[in-house]
Amino acid sequence: MPKEKMSGAQAVVRALETEGVDWLFGMPGGTILPLYDALYGSKKLKHVLIRHEQVGGHAAEGYAHASGKVGVCMGTSGPGSTNLVTAIADAYMDSVPLVVITANVSRPLIGTDAFQESDITGITMPITKHNYLVTEPEDLARVIKEAFYIARTGRPGPVHVDIPKDVLQSRLEFEYPESIHIPGYMPPILEAPRLSEAAALVRSAQRPCIYLGGGVRSGDAYAEVTEFCELTGAPVVTTLHGKGAIPETHPQCLRMFGMHGSRYANYTIQNSDLIIALGARFDDRVTGKLATFAPEAKVVHLEVDPAEISKLVTATVPLVGELKVLLPRLSAEVRKVFAERGRPDLGPWWKRVHEWKEKYPLRIKQEGEPDILPQTAVARLWEKAQGKNPVVTTGVGEHQMWAAQFWQVSKPREFITSGGLGTMGFCLPSAIGIQLARPDATVIGIDGDGSFQMTLQDLATAVDLRLPIKIFILNNLFLGMVRQWQELFYEERFAETPLSDCPDFVKLAEAYHCLGLRAARLEDLDPVIDRALAHRDGPCIVDVRVKREEKVYPMVPAGAPLNDMIGGD
Amino acid sequence: MVEKTEQVPSGNVHTLSLLVENKPAVLQRIAGLFARRGYNIESLSVGPTERPEYSRMTVVVRLTQKPVQQVVHQLQKLIPVIEVRELSPSDKIERELVLIKIKTPERNHAELRALAETYEAQIVDVSPDALMIEATGTTAKLDTLEERLESFGITELCRSGVIALERGFKTLAPPHLKGT
Repeated sequence: MPKEKMSGAQAVVRALETEGVDWLFGMPGGTILPLYDALYGSKKLKHVLIRHEQVGGHAAEGYAHASGKVGVCMGTSGPGSTNLVTAIADAYMDSVPLVVITANVSRPLIGTDAFQESDITGITMPITKHNYLVTEPEDLARVIKEAFYIARTGRPGPVHVDIPKDVLQSRLEFEYPESIHIPGYMPPILEAPRLSEAAALVRSAQRPCIYLGGGVRSGDAYAEVTEFCELTGAPVVTTLHGKGAIPETHPQCLRMFGMHGSRYANYTIQNSDLIIALGARFDDRVTGKLATFAPEAKVVHLEVDPAEISKLVTATVPLVGELKVLLPRLSAEVRKVFAERGRPDLGPWWKRVHEWKEKYPLRIKQEGEPDILPQTAVARLWEKAQGKNPVVTTGVGEHQMWAAQFWQVSKPREFITSGGLGTMGFCLPSAIGIQLARPDATVIGIDGDGSFQMTLQDLATAVDLRLPIKIFILNNLFLGMVRQWQELFYEERFAETPLSDCPDFVKLAEAYHCLGLRAARLEDLDPVIDRALAHRDGPCIVDVRVKREEKVYPMVPAGAPLNDMIGGD
Repeated sequence: MVEKTEQVPSGNVHTLSLLVENKPAVLQRIAGLFARRGYNIESLSVGPTERPEYSRMTVVVRLTQKPVQQVVHQLQKLIPVIEVRELSPSDKIERELVLIKIKTPERNHAELRALAETYEAQIVDVSPDALMIEATGTTAKLDTLEERLESFGITELCRSGVIALERGFKTLAPPHLKGT
């Protein structure tokens, strides 16, 4: 590629175009003006003007999660960049590939406490996979190339690039590098993977359990995972981010385990003698009390990030590498062992699993109940959305767990949520990003009244873009999950969890020039869902008044053993 | 010179050796990994290597074994960290430098010179009522020297922190970077 003279800002735009970026999310401001000026001339980049930078960050996450590409968001110096911090931390915890671009004050002003200056690279250092402060214009092209590469490869994550205003304004000779050399990144693994040892464990296990995490999604290894699961014939449990790693309607899939997983999923992993963990990190929300987690199980842990191996649960056989590459090799070894020694008889194990499943199904006790149960709302919505190419996203709280329990995902990248950081306010921004990435999909947000109010100002953004997203607010006028903990563990001392019946979400929707609906009684539910799903002209907000004190069951109290569950029996 | 063996209780002092890119903010990334976990760094030294693009860091921490392995893994994950390894006590040469200023009348100088000689230390600055001693060696040796000098009245002291290399032919640079 021949060198071309241009400004630093034009170089950023050119680099983003070269990386194949289509949508990016941000808001202009004083120091990032040169970049917006350059963006004005771009024919390839489509910029979404959000109303708060955090929303731009979550929208980029939704976009990345739904599309499998790198999400891009931007912010100006000072508050424009600090507002991005929550979204960056969220992406870091959930391994979402993002490139976050911020402008900073000009180089001579850095460190002088200039107007809208902040040490944003200092702030984002522990919540990014990597970050850069670009002090030399000639580094710009290389840094952006590296940022995209680091964000999407290995265990994906957010990469932050901070560019001083005078670097954006400087003239440079632009040449986009073809190759990348980062000497300390993803060093080659020297030891050969202990595949035959892992396969031998799979063969000798009598009570195996496959545990799928978000790594299946980020490693794009759905086909390989389904093949492995069917080969072994073992029960499969997933995490919140593992939802959709295998169709939840698959006969081997016991769906989500953990704090609000089903009893049968928890009992299965807890009683297993072998856990095969694929792209997972043994988070405290799935293991319960670590010391009592699956006490008889040996562990085969296949994971791209070596730092996750034996971090919390010691791996009997660690397998470090890309799921997509390593898992087919493990399958081949397992096939070999099965051919030599026959398949293990998992009949007795499945019998126990089926007994648990029959005894403790996830139930909805709507009968005789005049109020709408939130579980019913999710289940009806799920049924009615079938065949409409649905993608679901959520906020954080009780509604999120009901969605996880009753929304069955059949395809990858169909359930998009904030898991690790647990960021309330994620739903609406994420829905915006998802709909842009997947114009064909029916994007359904399942939100809570508390969560929705954290980012509701960006309804304006969704209206501007005429995005037909549908946000169902399971409205119980509480900060429900915290209230649930207060009821169960804090002697019903409901400190600061009741929310006032304000704003009127239907009128709010109308004020934003979009459709607002309400389902206050059970008989309203179906027609309202039908109307919302049929609405294609811009966003739709549905205020679903649910039974206020309904709780998420079953539940493993924080710090309790995984099989020590409350409710759901 | 006879090397003094480690006097510190074993099992909780760990020496980590890192090869890192010689770039701004690398030290902050590394220090941050310890800080966020509430681990105190006993000593940290950083300086240039035989290749200008890399620096070497020696970090001494007091931790139990499991967190150390985690820290090693997390350090390895940092993009500017080329390689990191815990050096085993038997397999490393480790040195530290100390400068000690002693305020003492001239009549004590002879005795101090003799003491310094025992520790292969040098007197690097002399004034009528003070002198400065420079010594190198293992942490344990410098600890003993410090103890011996205490009665003379140490007014100021500065230790470099440990630097260390593995014995033998092994190097920290990973194979894909060797000889490039």
